[in-house]
Amino acid sequence: MTSSAERIAALKEALTTRVLVLDGAMGTMIQRYKLDEAGYRGTRFASHPRDVRGNNDLLILSQPKIIGDIHRDYLAAGADIIETNTFSSTTIAQADYGMEPLVYELNYEGARIAREAADEYTAKNPAKPRFVAGAIGPTNRTASISPDVNDPGFRNVTFDELREAFKEQTRGLIDGGADIILVETIIDTLNAKAALFAVDEVFEEKGIVLPVMISGTITDQSGRILSGQTAEAFWNSLRHVKPLTIGLNCALGAAQLRPYIAELSRVADTYIHAYPNAGLPNEFGQYDEKPDETAGHIMAWAKDGLVNIVGGCCGTTPDHIAAIAKSVGGLKPRKLPKIPVAMKLAGLEPFKLAS
Amino acid sequence: MSEAPASTAVFVNIGERTNVTGSAKFKKLILNGDFEAALDVARQQVESGAQIIDINMDEAMLDSEAAMVKFLNLIAAEPDISRVPIMIDSSKWSVIEAGLKCVQGKPIVNSISLKEGEEPFLAQARKIRRYGAAVVVMAFDQKGQADTMARKIEICTRSYKLLTEKIGFPPEDIIFDPNIFAVATGIEEHNNYAVDFIEATRQIKATLPHCHVSGGVSNVSFSFRGNEAVREAIHSVFLYHAIKAGMDMGIVNAGQLAVYEDIPAELRERCEDVILNRRPDATDRLLEIAEQFKAGGGAKKEADLTWREQDVNKRLSHALVSGITDFIEEDTEEALKAAIAKGGRPLDVIEGPLMDGMNVVGDLFGAGKMFLPQVVKSARVMKKSVAFLIPHIEKEKADNAAKGIIDASKNAGKVLLATVKGDVHDIGKNIVGVVLQCNNYEVIDLGVMVPTAKILEAARKENADIIGLSGLITPSLDEMVYVASEMEREGFTVPLLIGGATTSKVHTAVKIAPAYSKSTVYVPDASRAVGVAGQLMSKDTRESYAVNVRADYTKMREAHARQSQTKKRQTIEKARANRTPVDWNGYKPKKPQFLGLKLFEDYDLAELTRTIDWTPFFQTWELAGKYPDILKDPIVGKSTQNLYNDAQVMLQRLIGEKWLTAKAAIGFWPANRVGDDDIELYTDDSRTKVLTTLHTLRQQMPRDGEGRHNSALADFIAPKDTGIADYIGGFAVTAGLGLEERAAAYAKDLDDYNSILVKALADRLAESFAERMHQRVRREFWGYAADETLSNEDLIAEKYRGIRPAPGYPACPDHTEKATLWKLLDPEKNVGISLTESYAMWPAASVSGLYYAHPKAAYFGVGKIERDQVEDYARRKGMPVKELERWLAPNLNYDPYAEAPSGGDFITRAVRETPTS
Repeated sequence: MTSSAERIAALKEALTTRVLVLDGAMGTMIQRYKLDEAGYRGTRFASHPRDVRGNNDLLILSQPKIIGDIHRDYLAAGADIIETNTFSSTTIAQADYGMEPLVYELNYEGARIAREAADEYTAKNPAKPRFVAGAIGPTNRTASISPDVNDPGFRNVTFDELREAFKEQTRGLIDGGADIILVETIIDTLNAKAALFAVDEVFEEKGIVLPVMISGTITDQSGRILSGQTAEAFWNSLRHVKPLTIGLNCALGAAQLRPYIAELSRVADTYIHAYPNAGLPNEFGQYDEKPDETAGHIMAWAKDGLVNIVGGCCGTTPDHIAAIAKSVGGLKPRKLPKIPVAMKLAGLEPFKLAS
Repeated sequence: MSEAPASTAVFVNIGERTNVTGSAKFKKLILNGDFEAALDVARQQVESGAQIIDINMDEAMLDSEAAMVKFLNLIAAEPDISRVPIMIDSSKWSVIEAGLKCVQGKPIVNSISLKEGEEPFLAQARKIRRYGAAVVVMAFDQKGQADTMARKIEICTRSYKLLTEKIGFPPEDIIFDPNIFAVATGIEEHNNYAVDFIEATRQIKATLPHCHVSGGVSNVSFSFRGNEAVREAIHSVFLYHAIKAGMDMGIVNAGQLAVYEDIPAELRERCEDVILNRRPDATDRLLEIAEQFKAGGGAKKEADLTWREQDVNKRLSHALVSGITDFIEEDTEEALKAAIAKGGRPLDVIEGPLMDGMNVVGDLFGAGKMFLPQVVKSARVMKKSVAFLIPHIEKEKADNAAKGIIDASKNAGKVLLATVKGDVHDIGKNIVGVVLQCNNYEVIDLGVMVPTAKILEAARKENADIIGLSGLITPSLDEMVYVASEMEREGFTVPLLIGGATTSKVHTAVKIAPAYSKSTVYVPDASRAVGVAGQLMSKDTRESYAVNVRADYTKMREAHARQSQTKKRQTIEKARANRTPVDWNGYKPKKPQFLGLKLFEDYDLAELTRTIDWTPFFQTWELAGKYPDILKDPIVGKSTQNLYNDAQVMLQRLIGEKWLTAKAAIGFWPANRVGDDDIELYTDDSRTKVLTTLHTLRQQMPRDGEGRHNSALADFIAPKDTGIADYIGGFAVTAGLGLEERAAAYAKDLDDYNSILVKALADRLAESFAERMHQRVRREFWGYAADETLSNEDLIAEKYRGIRPAPGYPACPDHTEKATLWKLLDPEKNVGISLTESYAMWPAASVSGLYYAHPKAAYFGVGKIERDQVEDYARRKGMPVKELERWLAPNLNYDPYAEAPSGGDFITRAVRETPTS
């Protein structure tokens, strides 16, 4: 399976027959290597003027083998889709480390390393093709929330600044071989709109269209994302993109996430994905939900016909992914619901005017 | 005539108060840079029910782009504004695009057009799609703005084709604005402008699927500027016709809209002549009478605040009588300060000005000059004021306690209210509570489904002076008898009040009063509750009142006993021989489109608003009269109209903000009559395996001649031995999911008015849902009347084929048949409706029943039945006779306890023996 078009066709085919599995946390796995400042720098960035420890995306260039190995661990655990290690690979997020000029390379290499690992596993078992999702994070700035409580009208980033940054990231991901573009951990829908606007522009520029996955983050039991939207309003705001999937990740464990997944599953006439954290963090900030607990919740979602793609976020490991893959194996994927045509608008809350 | 107000609920009104071209006030605020106050304008607009807010900064003196960005960014930080979608309104593309970059939700762009040609039009539309917005498209091209119907249709059709075919713009996100122009300008060519708009709208909606039509309504009346009363009338008449033609959005100042039915007939007719261009002298004729309406109309909508100049006591009284909460806290605070300055106490405010105000309310209510909705609004003001005073009263109490002073609370009395076990209906009870509170009674409301033990325990603990019981379904009647007998057993002496839809004076006299040796009084409606409570609490009247009631009830019992003896029934055999005659020969039932279940998740509430039957809604508020005539009633019309307006605003929010979820399950099964009165349902069309059996009851009244029959529902299903493949259907619908939270939130905010209003609306939506579902069953799902077309009035008058009787209602009074229906539909799992031990549906805003399709099927009341049928029925159902007698108690033509020793005791036993289901 060499061409991108063939891979996309295989992905769409697979979605109609089974629940697909996404990989788990990258950060949790990187921590296991206990890298110090020198470890993060590797030889290439030994003399970089700023500290870089904690810049996980940089490991794509300084420790490519570690990143490749983690991808392979997840593939071996049964993941159908692996995410590139490019969550923070935008000029905006890399500004903290002074590494803005590396952004295209980070995304290109991030996608290439994942591509290599995925192709290796596809070759081993062509009946289970593996796919690469190019991950786009939210950046560390928000376009609709002021960082200054005393000046609610102030913004430290604009739609166009975000859009430019995301365009550069998207070009790198596509050129490096990503099958899917995954806009994830969305805490502000306006950031996501800028990202999706940029992705669409790059598609037009390159004359291609890749499947897009959109993943919001419900921050707490209020059932809203950080910028205040409910799950249905979030869907209404982004459905114009016609994404392959809409879903949720991070912040909550599977047990807490269920009602919001159910809400999206009810309102969205596209595939649904979800990759929760391994429960809620304990008082030390660690995740201790066991693989079979996470898998148990997720299996219930699949049995109830709520999801099409499942995986893990913070705190999940290849063991979790193996348990999830096992638990959903053989279960039927959610069928696309038929939703009556209506004008669906949104503020923080959804609004519908029937046609 | 009744269509217009109902369909306004599917009409989205876009406020233009945050539009510098539409509001002088807003323009001034923005030009002065007072964004704080400008935000308040937006907030008020959302609070008063705007579902979408239009923002326009097109002003020559302004950097429109910067103002748009700043205002949108500020709005984003205000969740109580930004919860609704935004309409970004500008004639400049650069302002629109700047706005699109600030909005996280899905907004509407207002507007683009073919004015500059296809290329810029499509480029802008493509961008709008990429930004994720819906769009208003003006009927405007390079030749200019469309004025005639043909031009409007031509440009909209062309725009639609370009958008949907060339760039794949979603048609449901296109809103056409086919231009509303002024009529009655004196220029003949303008006379048809409104007709052009209305007819173009009709065509556009019919030929361009999924799109919407909008417009700026105030333009149409431009030539009458300065005469607001006539303008309002013109707007209302215009909307009445445009909405019917399919207009579903518009910019209208809702405060400046006359109610169509309220417009004086002469004015309305002449406005209609103008709007519909019905006669050449229409403009002159409207001008002729315009002046005479000017005086009364223009100023009246401005809030009259002169009452604010009166002293504080008068202001409190005014606020109470008019139901205004806006100033209540500051006025209460002022009254409190005044009381304390005079050496008084916080309680003096309640007992002084507040009670004086409420006495005025009580007098007006008693004199029939105020009506229930207004009284409930007054209560809201009272509660808010009292809530403000409570911390002060508590503090005073604590201070006094420290000083060893004991406070004797002074109120008219303490009334404990409860809806009895197994019943969930509480609107009437809540209204009684409010009315009593208005009259200085302390009310302890235990809520719904309250077991007897809990009622008695609370009554004892709270030292209640009166206990009031409420219930709506028939099994609650027995539950009330049980409460009375328990009160007797435990030696209570306080009066017992009985109320609720199925209760009656006869039932109270015959069944409840004998179980309790102290006062038991039936209260027919909320308005009477105060009078009855007053009589029972007053030392002077207490005794004589009790004696009178008792004498009255004794007489009633005797009369009832005499009457019962004369009401002979015929034997069940004779009744069966006189069944509804149906000629099965040649009858070929229509097979439903599917067999088994069909579920509806999240049914569109907007659709249900169109078929609301408003008459019972007003009855809930003790406003008796037929809708829409009642809106024009010389006495209650105004009160009704205000209530109706509040209901419409709430409906808009309820739908827009999705307070409630409507769900339904329907099903069809092969069925045949077996025996005389039973209906077998089969698992499939082979009719070999019986799924379940429905049992029906037959009328037993004597029918001598005149071709009247003794009906049972089974008569409408083909007997098995005819070999005819007949069918039956079932349904369970609810509009009450989410209701409790909403009503509780209002109640918590001391807003009984809205709490009751939302429940009453949910009830209406549920009924409307049942009606709409029945219509769709007839037309689509069963399809035996595929070509049926009936107006809303005809629907309410039930002028269609087939019936949908519900267990527990006159045609099948046996509530326990609901258990069978529940087995068939599983509404608990599929819809979210559960049954209480008395077979009441929870949530209360639910309806269930069976579908019968035979052309002869008609509603009837089973009425009183005899022991022979009950025994036969019990045998068929496999239930003990005693148990059935309890469920059918209101329908028995005999006293099942005739041999038992005395009233209270054995009823207690019978009730206790009931297994819960």
